[in-house]
Amino acid sequence: MSVITVERIKLFSTRSPWWCMIVAAVLTLGLAALASAFTEGQVTIGLTQGGAQLSQMVMMVMAALAVTTEYRFGTIRTSFQAVPQRAALLLGKTTVVAVLSALVGLIASFGAWGIGNVFGGGSDLAIDTGAEWRLLAGQGIVFALSAVIAVAIGILIRQSAGAIAILILWPLLVENLLNLIPKVGDDMSRWSPFQNAASFLNQGQDFGIEGAGGPSQYALTPGWALLYFAAWAVALMAIALFSASKRDA
Amino acid sequence: MIEAQGLTKRYGATVAVDNLSFEVKPGKVTGFLGPNGAGKSTTMRMILGLDTPTSGTVTIDGQRYRDLHQPLTKVGALLDAKWVHPNRSARAHLMWMAASNKLPKSSVDRALEMVGLTSVANKRAGAFSLGMSQRLGIAGALLGDPGVLLFDEPVNGLDPEGIVWIRNFMHRLADEGRTVLVSSHLLSEMALTAEELVVIGRGRLIAQSSTQEFVDRASGTTVKVRTPELDKLAAVLQGQQLKTRIEDVGEQGKVLFVEGDLTTDQVGEAAAAHGIVLHELSLQRGSLEAAFMQMTGDSVQYHAQDDVAAVTHVNLEAPSGAEVAAGPKEDN
Repeated sequence: MSVITVERIKLFSTRSPWWCMIVAAVLTLGLAALASAFTEGQVTIGLTQGGAQLSQMVMMVMAALAVTTEYRFGTIRTSFQAVPQRAALLLGKTTVVAVLSALVGLIASFGAWGIGNVFGGGSDLAIDTGAEWRLLAGQGIVFALSAVIAVAIGILIRQSAGAIAILILWPLLVENLLNLIPKVGDDMSRWSPFQNAASFLNQGQDFGIEGAGGPSQYALTPGWALLYFAAWAVALMAIALFSASKRDA
Repeated sequence: MIEAQGLTKRYGATVAVDNLSFEVKPGKVTGFLGPNGAGKSTTMRMILGLDTPTSGTVTIDGQRYRDLHQPLTKVGALLDAKWVHPNRSARAHLMWMAASNKLPKSSVDRALEMVGLTSVANKRAGAFSLGMSQRLGIAGALLGDPGVLLFDEPVNGLDPEGIVWIRNFMHRLADEGRTVLVSSHLLSEMALTAEELVVIGRGRLIAQSSTQEFVDRASGTTVKVRTPELDKLAAVLQGQQLKTRIEDVGEQGKVLFVEGDLTTDQVGEAAAAHGIVLHELSLQRGSLEAAFMQMTGDSVQYHAQDDVAAVTHVNLEAPSGAEVAAGPKEDN
């Protein structure tokens, strides 16, 4: 698969992906250390994962930049000249970025769990329920799928600032603010993509805090929630690939 | 061989390229000439499948670019020397290009060697001068040893050494039997580089011919005569159905110009037959710029209201610096 090689060389021959990956890993690990060291009660696995969403954001920024910098510097045209099958090339890029994000996600989640063990002061952090495995291993899948969404947005917007603004405001603000709309707001929020990614990870977890929300906040069971999130990623990517093949580079 | 058939590109109401048909043959450098904004870059992007024509087709050896298998081995192109990630090294830039078409690593070294960038191959491309960037772009174009090469304004902003280097390089590529298409808005540059010309203005084909033919046809030749018997000679030549014009050219006083495709022989013989003394008899070739302006005069896109001559002058003579510094070229 030469497109994978191409995108691997492209990604690792500049410095910014390295920085993004380091920052992403450090955010989760650092927050896990702080959370487990300063918590009053028992440290739980859920508690160690507090920084994961931030790390996920950083990886989404990296994924979007992998596309938008190509538009910024004109290398996308050289790329399409070398590989006129645009969809194939962009899927190669998506694959590389998604796999890398998955790896960072797993390093972050299991690393944070490890740090919880060190700073947890004897709390029981054994991974012994399915839900706990889902939370830790699931970060890999969620990171990968959100990277796919980020690449798709990058292809559609073509411009760094715009793409990054959308990718940060959408999960952090828009999906939460939907709640403010009367009557339909709750449903819109529960059916928005990143809420379902969180739902897949967080259902049935012990975060060590009271009242983390009843079951009514989730629209789907964990498995379906993940599929629903994946469907969003696939749909956005399909639209992005179609658009890239039709539009002038 | 590049063939364009009725190539048209519209952006909304603007027609960038209008029903353009031409062909570019192998073994020669073909100049793609037109004022700024004439549609040269748009046409080149369509040749490379980057922009989709509104109508018409363009093929390379009979195939559309998007249908080419491993296109870098068939077509090499340098559209913009700045299309490089500034933080990527020259070598890494060529490495991913090579990988995309399954070219061996040795092709990267060979291309770097060819353009003389081997010693700076691991430096970041963002630190390159325009001349070095241009060389890197050419290295990319040559990577797959293609038979067809496209260069968009390759000498723009280069110093004289760089210009001569590129010019010789083009000739060498054509001598090796490749198809070479070079765009420029500088006719004087094209006259030195290209044997064939495709001339466009406002997206339309103005002429396709050899460079020599184009210049001859557009400017024509005039014969300049100095003689103490101006009026007599003028009458004799008019009797031979020749167009003459008397002009006061300052120091030399009044001079007779004879227009039309004729040699000095004809005028000399006519003068001798009537016993007219001549002080000077010389062939005046129209300047290349004059030829170009005459041909594209109507098709320069952005005329100034008050001073057309100055604008045409700008279009022809003041190319590079400002334009390159401003980044994207013409019709972006």
